[in-house]
Amino acid sequence: MQDDPVIRVISKVMIPTVMLFALYVQFHGDYGPGGGFQAGVIFASAFVLNAMIFGLNRGRHVWPAHLNLLAICAGVLLYGLTGVASLFLGANYLDYDVLGATAKSGQHIGILLVEFGVGLTVASVMVALFFTFAGRPTHVRLLSKMQAHEGARPPAPKDEAKSEAKTKATKDNKTGAHK
Amino acid sequence: MTSLAGQWNYFLVIALMMIGFYAVIARGNMVKKMVGLTIFQTSVFMLYISMGKVTNGTAPILTGADIADGAQTLYANPLPHVLILTAIVVGVATTAVGYALIIRVYESYGTIEDDDLIKMIEAEEEDEDKIGEAPSA
Amino acid sequence: MSGFLVNASLISLLTLIAILALRLHRLFAVVMLSGAFSLVAATLFVVLDAVDVAFTEAAVGAGISSILALATLSLVPAEEKPHSIAFVPAFLALATAAMLAIAVTDLPAFGDVNAPIHNHVAPEFIKGSADDIGIPNVVTSVLASYRGYDTLGETVVIFTAAIAVLLVLGGYTRPHRRKEKRRKNGEDKDAR
Repeated sequence: MQDDPVIRVISKVMIPTVMLFALYVQFHGDYGPGGGFQAGVIFASAFVLNAMIFGLNRGRHVWPAHLNLLAICAGVLLYGLTGVASLFLGANYLDYDVLGATAKSGQHIGILLVEFGVGLTVASVMVALFFTFAGRPTHVRLLSKMQAHEGARPPAPKDEAKSEAKTKATKDNKTGAHK
Repeated sequence: MTSLAGQWNYFLVIALMMIGFYAVIARGNMVKKMVGLTIFQTSVFMLYISMGKVTNGTAPILTGADIADGAQTLYANPLPHVLILTAIVVGVATTAVGYALIIRVYESYGTIEDDDLIKMIEAEEEDEDKIGEAPSA
Repeated sequence: MSGFLVNASLISLLTLIAILALRLHRLFAVVMLSGAFSLVAATLFVVLDAVDVAFTEAAVGAGISSILALATLSLVPAEEKPHSIAFVPAFLALATAAMLAIAVTDLPAFGDVNAPIHNHVAPEFIKGSADDIGIPNVVTSVLASYRGYDTLGETVVIFTAAIAVLLVLGGYTRPHRRKEKRRKNGEDKDAR
């Protein structure tokens, strides 16, 4: 899939478009269907597409995991701090009336900030979920087993024979379980 | 329409809900359980959204005239929409936790069928009793 | 009447998909069916005037949820053990359905304008969205402003779920302690 020129070219066109659409959904959410939750998911899908086409490592390079973790926290913090800001300006927690010159503009600012916080959290959470699931090595079990073997006895042909017997036993076990 | 015929939408949704419920409690495969849970969840969302529906109403996005001089048009109830909107995203996040646990169960036990898993855990407990009796083998 | 036909056909389609998902043993097909289920559900939400919900369901249910399920299936076996019909759960489901059906008869009729749900807070939200907040999309104004606490809580739930997944899957697995003990005893039958 990674070498298919059609997929590569189309995805290069698609990824910015998807991101732009996510931003439209995010900031047009006041006027039409949309908002932070949807925009976050759509924005994350651009990263997921990128990682699916160009590989997980390239995907991680584009958006490193530690930045992603920061973004997850930053979104929740932005939401919470918007509430704190209105608290300091003399209103109740998450009462946006005092954030702007008039009550209406305050509400606009507050909703924009809060929705942006939601979008940031949802987008980075979805990216984190995808990378965690897709990055989980399928051979973890195998690896840990091999390490356990190396610790237990020196690698010898005998060991190999045993592991062969083991895989056979596992197979037997599995087929037995499926009956 | 009699009062019973007025609730047809709810009855259909309940039928759907029970398919998901059956999948959750009857199927041993954990991925199947999660899919059943998703179906169940989505059916509950449908029940909520059905309650917000108003006949001849429209989507709760105000038209220009309504903003100028108060709401005139008949709108669907926005409150269930808000609740369900957030519930969908929370639902997928919690589903992800479920899948993560399934992966870990598979990595530890090599199966995701719950009857096999119970057998395996019981066998492991028996082994542990043996180890307790003879610690140096 | 046309509303009835559209809803009933969409829900029948959903039921068909759900039954297929229940019966198939190939989990890849099951996951794809659950994605299709979400898409049809999104269509139903549009018919029920819940455009924001439909948008979310299409993006989340059909998109991200399927991707996560497929990623899971790449790590676990994609074939289910065949099962026959389990009678006790089937009975339980039927009993629950009967109870819910009895309860539902007390609900106001579908689409009734005079239902209590439409007369208590919703009109104030719709009016207030125009007068106090000045945002056309009532769902957004209720989500972010009127029920801001609620949404804050939901965001924190998503945050917590991400932390939980990172904790569960983020690192590498160590061999099980009990397994090691057993191996030392030379009794490793390898139940895995």
